Amino acid sequence: MASMRDIKRRRASIQSTGQITKAMKLVSTVKLQKSRTKAESSKPYFNQMYETIASMLERSGNMDHKYLRAGAEGKKAVIAVTSNRGLAGGYNNNIVKLIAGTPELKAADTKVYAIGRKGRDGLVRKGYEITADYSEVINEPLYQDAADLTAELLDAFGRGEISEIYLAYTSFKNTVVHTPKLVKLLPFDQDAAAGKAEEEPKAQALMNYEPSAEDVLDMIIPKYMSSLIYGALLEAVASENGARMTAMDSATNNAEEMLGKLEIQYNRARQGSITQELTEIIAGANAIN
Amino acid sequence: MAEVMKLNVITPEKSFYEGDVTMVELTTTEGDIGVYPNHIPLTAVVSPGVLTIHEEGEKKQASLISGFITILPDSVTIMAEVAEWPDEIDFKRAEEARVRAERRLTSGEAGLDTLRAEMSLKRAMVRLGLKH
Repeated sequence: MASMRDIKRRRASIQSTGQITKAMKLVSTVKLQKSRTKAESSKPYFNQMYETIASMLERSGNMDHKYLRAGAEGKKAVIAVTSNRGLAGGYNNNIVKLIAGTPELKAADTKVYAIGRKGRDGLVRKGYEITADYSEVINEPLYQDAADLTAELLDAFGRGEISEIYLAYTSFKNTVVHTPKLVKLLPFDQDAAAGKAEEEPKAQALMNYEPSAEDVLDMIIPKYMSSLIYGALLEAVASENGARMTAMDSATNNAEEMLGKLEIQYNRARQGSITQELTEIIAGANAIN
Repeated sequence: MAEVMKLNVITPEKSFYEGDVTMVELTTTEGDIGVYPNHIPLTAVVSPGVLTIHEEGEKKQASLISGFITILPDSVTIMAEVAEWPDEIDFKRAEEARVRAERRLTSGEAGLDTLRAEMSLKRAMVRLGLKH
């Protein structure tokens, strides 16, 4: 059995770790509230955007547009949204696993646009090539950041360097449920969009476009992408804090449980040493008589 | 009572304006337009300009920098990337931007991104125009 001193030392160390995890949990709870409100207030923009684009594609039939054409051969790009900090349970690893486990995204022909250091490092270890690193963005996502990233991606898409663009992020359902998601941004999936629009038929009046349908699409698709990336960033931040909160909560619980066990062990050891001392004293007294 | 339609102005951060209006004026890439209820369905691209919202008996103005507009007979939706009410505009910054853009345009230096400078001048002018 471990000595009283060892147990005492161990207990102190677990106690201070427990204090840290508890504090981290509180911090991420506050951050979660903030990021969640932000993520929710950006939803209407995105939903409206999606509706507009879906109904546009549905009404205009099969438009031949550079962003809609299935890409020729070429590398694929994936935007990996993770966090800059660890201690969030499986949050970062899930994204890395999701990307590495997707057959279309082989390490050899995939370019990674990393947002978040942890995911970047994880993908590097798996042999992925990191084209650009926007890790600073995740600390405080701005719409402009999403727009800049979109511009860079569309530029590469236009030059034919990449043929498909994916977005990997953790979507935020509620405080405890966050699921890693992989979304194809380009070429735009017309069937999926049209399918959703059919469910809720809106005013079927013929839409007019100014200057022309192609020009409007040219303009809207980048905005659609920016809004999707922006929404993903905000949701990812909320998920990160949610994941950290859950992880830190269970860490705190574990620490408390261990402390309880150590307490019992310590008391046993103390009792044992007292009994031993007593036995020694009595044996000593007996020897004198 | 004048006829009204629903107007929604949404920015990525929040819902900017929501309400019943009698008329909306804004600038598109094709020029200034005014939209009354029962307009034909139209989708157009916004270019920097002043957004004027006519409610019944009241008029509100805001800057509208970029985005697009979807018009249906009974509703108008503006997806604005950037939009501000006059009290949200940093006029000092807009003034500086105007001076800088003008300087760049008159300097005529090589490799000048004229389009970009003109756009930033336009943005600054729209914002400053709302000062009074």
